Amino acid sequence: MADATMTNPSAASTPPAGEMNYLTCARGWKSWFLTLDHKRIGIMYLIATMSSFGLAGLFALLVRTELLTPKDTIVDADMYNQFFTLHGAIMVFLFIIPSIPAALGNFVLPIMLGAKDVAFPKLNLFSFYLWMFGGIFAVVTLATGGLDTGWTFYTPYSIETQTAVIAMTTGAFILGFSSIFTGLNFIVTIHKLRPPGMTWFKMPLFLWAIYATAILQVIATPVLGITLLLLIAERALGVGIFAASMGGDPVMFQHFFWFYSHPAVYIMILPALGIVSELIACYSHKPIFGYRFIAWSSIAIALFSFIVWGHHMFTSGQSELVNMVFSALTFSVSIPSAIKVFNWLATMYKGAITLQTPMLYGLGFIFLFTIGGLTGLPLAMLSVDVHLHDTYFVVAHFHYVMMGSTVIAMVGGMHHWWPKMFGKMYNETAARIAFVLVFIGFNVTFFTQFIIGSQGMPRRYYDYEPQFQLGHQISTMGSYVMGLGFLLMLGYLLHSLVRGKKAPANPWGGSTLEWVASSPPSHHNFDEAPQVDDPYDFTGIDYKPDTDEYVFNRPRAAKA
Amino acid sequence: MAHDHAHDHPPHLAHHFDTPQQQFESGKLGMWLFLATEILLFGGLFCAYAVYRYMYPEVFDYAHQYLDKVMGGINTVVLICSSFTMAWAVRCAQTENRKGLILGLALTLLGGAGFMGIKYVEYAHKIHDGLLPGTYYDPGGHDPESLKSAREAKLKAAAAAVATEAAAPQKTADGKPIEQSTIAAAPRGPKGLRKGDGIHTETPEKADEHAAAGHVQPHGERPEGVWWFFGIYFLMTGLHGFHVLAGMGVIGWLLYRSIKGHFNKDYFAPVDLGGLYWHLVDLIWIYLFPLLYLIG
Amino acid sequence: MMRFTDMLGVFAQGGPKTLWLPEQASEGAYNVDNAFYFVYWVSVFFFILITVLLVWFAIKYRKPKGSQPESTVTHNTTLEVSWSVIPTILVVIMFLWGFSGFMDLANPPENCYTIQTTGQKWKWLFTYPNGHVDTELHVPADTDVKLLITSEDVLHSVFIPAFRVKNDAVPGRFTHVWFNAIKPGTYDFFCTEYCGTDHSRMITKCVVHPKDEFETWLENADPIKRMTDEQFAEYEKDPVEFIKKNPDFKGLLPPAAMGGALYDKFGCKSCHLLTDEKLIGPGFKGVYGGARKFTDGSTLDKADENYLRESILVPQAKIVEGYDGSMPSFQGRLTDRHIYCIIEFLKGLK
Repeated sequence: MADATMTNPSAASTPPAGEMNYLTCARGWKSWFLTLDHKRIGIMYLIATMSSFGLAGLFALLVRTELLTPKDTIVDADMYNQFFTLHGAIMVFLFIIPSIPAALGNFVLPIMLGAKDVAFPKLNLFSFYLWMFGGIFAVVTLATGGLDTGWTFYTPYSIETQTAVIAMTTGAFILGFSSIFTGLNFIVTIHKLRPPGMTWFKMPLFLWAIYATAILQVIATPVLGITLLLLIAERALGVGIFAASMGGDPVMFQHFFWFYSHPAVYIMILPALGIVSELIACYSHKPIFGYRFIAWSSIAIALFSFIVWGHHMFTSGQSELVNMVFSALTFSVSIPSAIKVFNWLATMYKGAITLQTPMLYGLGFIFLFTIGGLTGLPLAMLSVDVHLHDTYFVVAHFHYVMMGSTVIAMVGGMHHWWPKMFGKMYNETAARIAFVLVFIGFNVTFFTQFIIGSQGMPRRYYDYEPQFQLGHQISTMGSYVMGLGFLLMLGYLLHSLVRGKKAPANPWGGSTLEWVASSPPSHHNFDEAPQVDDPYDFTGIDYKPDTDEYVFNRPRAAKA
Repeated sequence: MAHDHAHDHPPHLAHHFDTPQQQFESGKLGMWLFLATEILLFGGLFCAYAVYRYMYPEVFDYAHQYLDKVMGGINTVVLICSSFTMAWAVRCAQTENRKGLILGLALTLLGGAGFMGIKYVEYAHKIHDGLLPGTYYDPGGHDPESLKSAREAKLKAAAAAVATEAAAPQKTADGKPIEQSTIAAAPRGPKGLRKGDGIHTETPEKADEHAAAGHVQPHGERPEGVWWFFGIYFLMTGLHGFHVLAGMGVIGWLLYRSIKGHFNKDYFAPVDLGGLYWHLVDLIWIYLFPLLYLIG
Repeated sequence: MMRFTDMLGVFAQGGPKTLWLPEQASEGAYNVDNAFYFVYWVSVFFFILITVLLVWFAIKYRKPKGSQPESTVTHNTTLEVSWSVIPTILVVIMFLWGFSGFMDLANPPENCYTIQTTGQKWKWLFTYPNGHVDTELHVPADTDVKLLITSEDVLHSVFIPAFRVKNDAVPGRFTHVWFNAIKPGTYDFFCTEYCGTDHSRMITKCVVHPKDEFETWLENADPIKRMTDEQFAEYEKDPVEFIKKNPDFKGLLPPAAMGGALYDKFGCKSCHLLTDEKLIGPGFKGVYGGARKFTDGSTLDKADENYLRESILVPQAKIVEGYDGSMPSFQGRLTDRHIYCIIEFLKGLK
């Protein structure tokens, strides 16, 4: 079974290097849908998650359009509630959680590591199909009455509403298992498939980040699974554990839910931090500053993330002691995050910076992540959070972290590895314009929300008081600009596939192993086992202006 | 594709591994991680159990009397035996004792089936007696009239809300809609299960009748909230039962492959990993049994 | 016009609205805002520092492709220790400040004026100590006021931005907020926990009365109570005409509609359905004029006004067969005028 897609008829005839790659080695839909190649699975994830991003983004634009005016603008309150719920649920479960690990991680991880594939290729494909299956449930939700609980499914509302809660929670349950298997696969790959010479501290930081993420996926997601199962039981059987009308405790659901969903926030952000470490080092052409600290801080953040869930519940009526503990722990997460930012700045200092599109996203990330991180401080502060909780301030904060940081890093990483994935270069000018549109649009959209939020505008409001209208309108305009930027991006990326210039093996001067492989890589990633060096050693990589590429001027490929 | 690895690889070594040792260790690590996720999955339910047992000890004291200790005990023994036969099967796989492997797996499968059979009898009894989770909890049991659950009351309340709108004057003098909620009141627990509510309290005659039919007669007054216990009971044992079924599927597949002769002393990883999974399923029951059956 | 010091957030208690925060209308708001502005200025400092370095480095060290970096330093212990320790000290200060402020917000002083606050889809009901139930929050200024909060259905959350207080309304549980309003006026009162369709319309006003005027407001808050006997007689005769003629009786409706609102506000609906089915008490459909059989064996052919009035004020006097008489008395909470309205409402349920 495994061998069916591995063997290909022309393999024996050893084609010239660079012509036969993982995209061309086998043809037909079966060679994709039954593939066990981590690169192809990564590409399928990329298409699937980006489509979800498009869908959820559409819901976001509908939400913003509705908020142009108080009262009815385009839809009624029930429809609006569905829009923001589906925006959140699709973004979280179908896009952000799988996007970086499953799409970029799947493609890049084994190559960066110098391995031929992930540890369990069949499980990898199975994860992808679980994702698809979960996605089908999301579509079923859309078709059978939608969902209006918010992506958090808070009880008892989620027990009482007439919308398709069971379909969506079943979907999220299945997606959770997809995520667990991906994480499990990556942990085993990193533990067991490192080639000789690839010690833990020679791993690129993206791999450290993916490793930390995988730990979270494996440990936290089962708790989400059981929480959703309990919610399903609550709706189907009326078990009464979370239903106040049966004497149960609705707040307990929040504990269960955030025990997963707070680590989930780090499932989203950690790989983004990893990508940015790669981008900043690569485009500064300088070794990363404080490698060990960045590596350990990923693990530290991952572990801390398990013990801060209660900060989502400062105003839920939990005891003052519990609030105090969670507030203190929450502040402790901010330190490793802050230090990462300083490390990136120190990496740029006295570097040889080139400002290609991926670097623009890297710089944009530092700017947005700084705002996202700093606005987390007042929210961690108990007395101030009481005022800011569940207002647009929180909405703006987590969009700066989820979208401004994770999505920007994801898009930056996609631009960084695009030549590697498809062997094509995109139009640099168009890409820079799109970056500017997205960056400005994003800040206009969400910075305004900090202001209306701290003025008291509650979140999840369809209708609002007139004093907030100006802020909402500016925010909506920003979201349109951002939407335009993403549309442009879709355009030039698709264009590059057809008309793009052929990409060299190392267009950016990267020093990690994936730049040793050809673009796109061969089916087995490396024709000869690569020699593992310091991942951030940029010496001996020469630029060739006539072909606009970098070549390794040192022994990077050991004899097999 | 400069290299063709297939020729120097043992037949069961996947192309991306260098040595069978590496493949075996990867599989083991993967399975252990998977077992960790399984434990966390059940961990959520154990948490729910702990919280509710702490808050409502009297509910657990009272309701656990309905569980059949003998059946549960037999099931525990059956599972422990099947774990033993599984371990034996793994040993046989390692020593290339094909007959022992097949026999061990078959006995394990049989143990799993026996467990599910007994579970079926227990479940059937509970369902018959109306000892069900949440709104379906109805120990009065047998006549359909008394099966009016909170769910039905809710539906009625919703109908009542419509009636309110119809009955009440809708507009004020100047045509503004009046201020009135059309939302029905939330029912407070399954109908007839509140303390002091006469409907389901068993009359002495009915109780005798029950005793004669071999039904459990619990001691003490029924506290409020027995439905939580049965909710937790069915969720925990149900999820566990589901895992037993999955484990039986795995063992069936291993049995098929053993009969086909796929395993030898160099390649027995699937049997080993399947065995790990089966031991976990067994272990979880070892916790479930005392926590549910042997309390109070 | 905003002064520079206001922009900094450095102002005395009762500061005005700034770009970031609404007007301070309670004692506690002052402390919360100071904490906010401390974090704010720390954040502004670091934000500017990071942005300036980011842009400066990106410009200064921008090199043509193929250039080598000027330095390949990967460690600097002094630098690394200082950028770990300084933020740590700052967040410790923030934590302690936030925590002490929270303890003030969470623990009301003794002898608060307590208003029972109930969230339900999709409105708030405020029950005052004298039994008056209102859908708007009215409080006296310069008084410690505590809202004892619960919910009838799903989660809601009390949020008064001008007072910087917020707490969830959880069914089956009581939570609270407390404040001491320092400026008479009208402030926004929001629901901040998503609760379904009309979540965004579950907003009301918090009216702060000067301390000496509050009692007067409370006495006159109920339009039914406020009417003189003559006015009430007029209202009974032709409610529509009366309401038209007296627009200052805020919230007054025709008797049956008023009764419906009372059914809602006084919690009758948690035990009595509007159909003829039993919930905890008998359903209200057909109650007026229906036959009654009591636990003591006596019967009543036709439930009339007197019987209904007695059942509301002294529920245990006659208990209908099949019920346990667990209804509380509404003596002192409902006047005869209210009961008149309720009976008018019941008459409509046939």
